[in-house]
Amino acid sequence: MTTHWATPKDVNAGLAEVGYLADARIAQVVFLAERLDKPILAEGPAGVGKTALALALAEATGRSLVRLQCYEGLDEAKALYEWDYHKQLLRLQADEGASWGELEGDIFSEPFLLERPLLAAIRSEEPVVLLIDEVDRVEVETEALLLEVLDAFQVTIPELGTIRAVTKPIVVLTSNNTRELSEALKRRCLYLHIPYPTIERERSILNTRVPELPAVLADKIARTVAAIRQIPLRKAPSVSETIDWARTLLALGIEDLDDAATADTLHVLLKYRTDIEKTAKDLSLDFFEDG
Amino acid sequence: MLASLTEFVDELRTMGIPVSMVEVLDAASAIEHTDLTDSANLRATLGATMIKNSRHYPAFDAAFDVFFGLAGSIESDASGADGSLDPGGGAAGGSGDDDGLLDALVGALTQGRHDQLRRLISRAVTLYAGMQPGRPVGGRYYTYRVLRRIGTDELFAGLLAALVSPQPGREIDRRLREHEAESMVQAVRDELEREVTARLVADRGARQVAASRRLPLVEDIDLMHATKAEIAQVEQAIAPLARKLATRLAHRRKHGRSGRLDVRRTIRRSLGHGGVLLEPQFKPPRPSKPEIVVLCDLSGSMATFARFTMQLTYAIASELSKVRVFGFIDGLDDVTEYFGTDVDFADGLVAMSRQADLVRSDGHSDYGRSFEEMWERYSDSISPRTSVIITGDARNNYRTPGERYLERIVERSRATFWLNPEPRRYWDTGDSVMSLYGSRCDVVDQVRTLRQLEDFVERATLPTVRRPRLAS
Repeated sequence: MTTHWATPKDVNAGLAEVGYLADARIAQVVFLAERLDKPILAEGPAGVGKTALALALAEATGRSLVRLQCYEGLDEAKALYEWDYHKQLLRLQADEGASWGELEGDIFSEPFLLERPLLAAIRSEEPVVLLIDEVDRVEVETEALLLEVLDAFQVTIPELGTIRAVTKPIVVLTSNNTRELSEALKRRCLYLHIPYPTIERERSILNTRVPELPAVLADKIARTVAAIRQIPLRKAPSVSETIDWARTLLALGIEDLDDAATADTLHVLLKYRTDIEKTAKDLSLDFFEDG
Repeated sequence: MLASLTEFVDELRTMGIPVSMVEVLDAASAIEHTDLTDSANLRATLGATMIKNSRHYPAFDAAFDVFFGLAGSIESDASGADGSLDPGGGAAGGSGDDDGLLDALVGALTQGRHDQLRRLISRAVTLYAGMQPGRPVGGRYYTYRVLRRIGTDELFAGLLAALVSPQPGREIDRRLREHEAESMVQAVRDELEREVTARLVADRGARQVAASRRLPLVEDIDLMHATKAEIAQVEQAIAPLARKLATRLAHRRKHGRSGRLDVRRTIRRSLGHGGVLLEPQFKPPRPSKPEIVVLCDLSGSMATFARFTMQLTYAIASELSKVRVFGFIDGLDDVTEYFGTDVDFADGLVAMSRQADLVRSDGHSDYGRSFEEMWERYSDSISPRTSVIITGDARNNYRTPGERYLERIVERSRATFWLNPEPRRYWDTGDSVMSLYGSRCDVVDQVRTLRQLEDFVERATLPTVRRPRLAS
């Protein structure tokens, strides 16, 4: 292991150095994941920093990041490995005189293997951080592909045998909870639910990510966003949208958040017309007169 | 530690949270890497290793508080602290010092001094809860007594006044203050509940208190009698389920050779026999776009449940494009427009109850007439690609059942599902004609909780064999 954190506090400090503000719970789970060699399954609403956690972990530990973006229809050939059939075909044609035995052993060997993210993470000489992003997007059947990797950090290729990890990767899976993941997958992971941050934490995030922002405004923004999240909306504002909002206000030179300024910039924070109207109503902004 | 862990796991399982053996072992080895002096660390450790569903966290947290979270939170000797923070009010213990407590609470909350708040609450419980050891009274009773003494409305007003006052033209500041005051009152409630629980645990032991405080899991909440807060929880859990149902209904069996030739896979496969194209490979057929028609009983007896089915439908509609919703009481109307993707759900419900034309005569359910209207007016919305979902208790108020219209609807659809929120044993009692209708549908299920809905979704695969068409 390149980095070995002694306590969860060190994890917190290490992540803070690269600009990721974890809370005590996140730090504890990351610490456990490293100690127990278990993957982290981070779940929570979109835009609260699940993917950012993996990126920050890679930066804090100095490891490189291997990323597998999940989507519907993802299969073995794109997640694990694939035989380079073009190359195999060429090899067959180039060597017409060769005996079958030679050829067979040859075309199913390493040079003809195309590494996909999971295999790449396993075979890497240097320890890596493996990010399996939006795992809830793949079908339940495809999830099974991941189990061997998550369980024992190994991949079995029928023609080559089992490939074990040289170095143990830190694995982070993220899910937006659009569907229930299978029990088998969850059992193998440490579960980390990341909710929306508290006002204090969001304020610190703003201070870190948008350092030019005046402290008074940051406080006001954090409080406003917290209030907006109390309203039942189709899509509550995420942390990344809060940051966008802060940057927008800064760019517009708005130094204090009054009714008009809020109403004019609400669309940065909220992405549905009905949500914007509802929020304006709840915060008693004269949205329509201004617009 | 190990003993209390197994006891805790027992409690989790009793509540209905599935905790596997492997997960308990994980928790046990994770505890070795946990700093036990801070209960927050232990909470994170146990949560991460054993609770794998965000829906179960409220129940987990409540149980954790009882078992591990409360050590040292009881302040039996709070007099020193009180004296220093209570300048205006009388000495603690008198009956006229309510204002002193209120002011002190407001002070502690607005200055964000949590330890102070805790001491105050502890003091308040000692003074006002009137707890007696061994008395078999639930914690809620004590919490309520103290809250009544403090006065939540007065507390709210006090907080509003203490927070920075708004300038003119700053409506937003006023609303923010209200939001903050609300969450502060909630903080007082939470702290109070914790304190009371802590004392109960000291009195009776963790197991007994945990049993009396047990919260139903979201998936076990009875949808017919859910409270407002419970409904809110349920609604949050619905989206993943709706998505699953949508994909289930879209699912089609993979046929061997119904797609186009897949050149890449054909060549790839041929390498097994030295490049000879022996086995043609085909692309899997495209998944069909399912159409869904929902018929929803919106009569008074179904109000809570109807809200839930509408929410489910609303969530499905954001996954699939072709969803049509019909509401009925003793008349039927197309209510799809109230639940489009650009309409807020709550607004849609209000608009629907105001504008939709659901009542023909007396406003009691009339399934027969509703099915008839469905067939006469909207039969073109049902095709062999349509899955029909009917939700209702089949209580027809002894009117003409009109099952032949339902029969026609079923016959024309791809599959028809009936979800009845009533317990099975009440079916066919009184004015319920469930069997008459149910025997004509493909799947009939009792759906009263999220768990049952989940089971239904799990089983709701479409019939693989096409129903024999009745000659008309």
